Amino acid sequence: MAVETPVNAGTSVPAGLAARGGRVRRGNAGWLFILPFLLVFVAFLVAPLVYAGYLSLWTKGLATGTTFAGIDNYTRAFGDPSFRKGLWFVLKFSVVVIPLQIIVALVAALLLDEITGRLAKFSRLVIFLPYAIPVVLGALMWGFLYSPTFGPIEQIASFFDFRAPFLLSQGNVYYGLLNVVTWQWSGYYMIIIYAALKGIDSTIYEAARIDGATARQIALRVKVPMVSSALALILVFSLIGTLQFFSEPQILRPIANGSITPDFTPNIYAYELAFNYAQFNYASAISFALGFVVFVAVAIFMFVTRKRGSLFT
Amino acid sequence: MTRPRHVWAKLLLLALCCYFLIPVWWVVVASTKNAEGLFSGTGALWFHGFHLFDNLHALFTFNNGEYLRWLGNSALYAFAGGLGCTVVSVLAGYGFAKFNFRGRNIVFALVLGSVMVPLTALVIPTFVMMSKVGLIDTIWAVILPSLLSPFAVYLMRVYAGASIPDELLDAARIDGAGELRTFWRVALPLMRPGVVTVALLSIVATWNNFFLPLTMLSSSKLYPLTVGIGLWEQLASSNNGGGQSLWNLIIIGSLVSIIPLIIAFLTLQKYWQGGLSVGSLK
Repeated sequence: MAVETPVNAGTSVPAGLAARGGRVRRGNAGWLFILPFLLVFVAFLVAPLVYAGYLSLWTKGLATGTTFAGIDNYTRAFGDPSFRKGLWFVLKFSVVVIPLQIIVALVAALLLDEITGRLAKFSRLVIFLPYAIPVVLGALMWGFLYSPTFGPIEQIASFFDFRAPFLLSQGNVYYGLLNVVTWQWSGYYMIIIYAALKGIDSTIYEAARIDGATARQIALRVKVPMVSSALALILVFSLIGTLQFFSEPQILRPIANGSITPDFTPNIYAYELAFNYAQFNYASAISFALGFVVFVAVAIFMFVTRKRGSLFT
Repeated sequence: MTRPRHVWAKLLLLALCCYFLIPVWWVVVASTKNAEGLFSGTGALWFHGFHLFDNLHALFTFNNGEYLRWLGNSALYAFAGGLGCTVVSVLAGYGFAKFNFRGRNIVFALVLGSVMVPLTALVIPTFVMMSKVGLIDTIWAVILPSLLSPFAVYLMRVYAGASIPDELLDAARIDGAGELRTFWRVALPLMRPGVVTVALLSIVATWNNFFLPLTMLSSSKLYPLTVGIGLWEQLASSNNGGGQSLWNLIIIGSLVSIIPLIIAFLTLQKYWQGGLSVGSLK
């Protein structure tokens, strides 16, 4: 979390009476500048959050009407096999997809940092390209590539005379999605790492080289530690994103022949509950419970890495 | 530098490029095929006849040109939501970075903490709230929540802090410029790369958004591209025979809808490549 020093030494407030007078004026102006954001913040973050919390404490029955349920919705959620199944899936998915994305992004960034010229320039754009493609369309394109009717995978496989696995089948959907997500986001993370690498003073490499370090050693022992705060930032982003997994599986559902169920991820489950079963109270509880899990996961991560990287300072 | 290592590095880069290009290549190739070519089962990665213009024509005229409508909606949401978000975030970032007002630190800590709140968890309660004030199924239900981006505020605070010297602001004030004028004339030009980055990021986020419009909108004439194409996909996969021509439309529709953002990224390269580093550097 934010460790904000109470008095920001960098802000220049000249000593003396004039400064105090100026500070009051500047103070009011400061509020004016953040006011539009604060309105949006309260209306679309604080209020929905509080409201979701409120909704989740009630339950709506056909015969009984709306009654106070206390934490019943939460005990129900954490005992609900559908929610647990979805939660287990996104956790299991995060554990693999996050390192995978970071490794692809890091390798690409390190390569691009080392090589100059036209190929490097071209690759940087190509690897970043998926970020400019809406998630929905990225997932759809891969869905087509996986498709046995018009995708190339099946065709290539049948050329070599064996049956290609359908990457959206019950057993393979995990891998199919792993690929989609890695493809979609690695480029964005690559750019963040690349920018951080470019910010390093290159005399450090010179010094390491004089000390006899090989290029690989420089990459792993000098460059990687120096971009660790960028890596931490990426990790938090992808953790938050993956636990909320929704768009990709939702889009691939119609063509996955039933292997992506209505309780595939907690978010899909909450969506189904709210919009197909009108169970807004229980859906809010599911959303809130998921939000809580995300918050705890990020907090744990921040606590663990607190000493090494200084993420939000 | 030793040569052989760079050869391997270059080969690895080429392999990465191929991987990242495959889906795009496939979409380009498939967009030029008619239904028969698409389903013929040979050479999915190579051309088979040339029907690009037929497909484009079909795309823009299908169902009274609903695709063009969706394209327009996407553009509207992305610009109104994305630019609105940029204005709000730039003002706030500047306010947090350059003013020492009471309660600043606690408010900023709250904003930072909220970066961790999964935004999709807010969609369902926002839907219920919006329906209470009758904004469901209007453009506002998509645009207004898009204005919120705590991360953009964080980015702009860091950027404003690093790029605007306090002395310059003080000089402007001594010269008698009001706060708004100082912001407009002195601060904003210095923050330009950061502003472009935040604008690009929030426009992309709104353009790509799926969950929010999917829940907020029920009449298909308000859909953005993402939700519209999702609708076509459902139609196409639910009736396998009659859906054949629709698959062609989905493919060419995907191609057309990824072009605007690719152009935006290519033309604004020098801004965002520099600007993105701000979030990771201190």
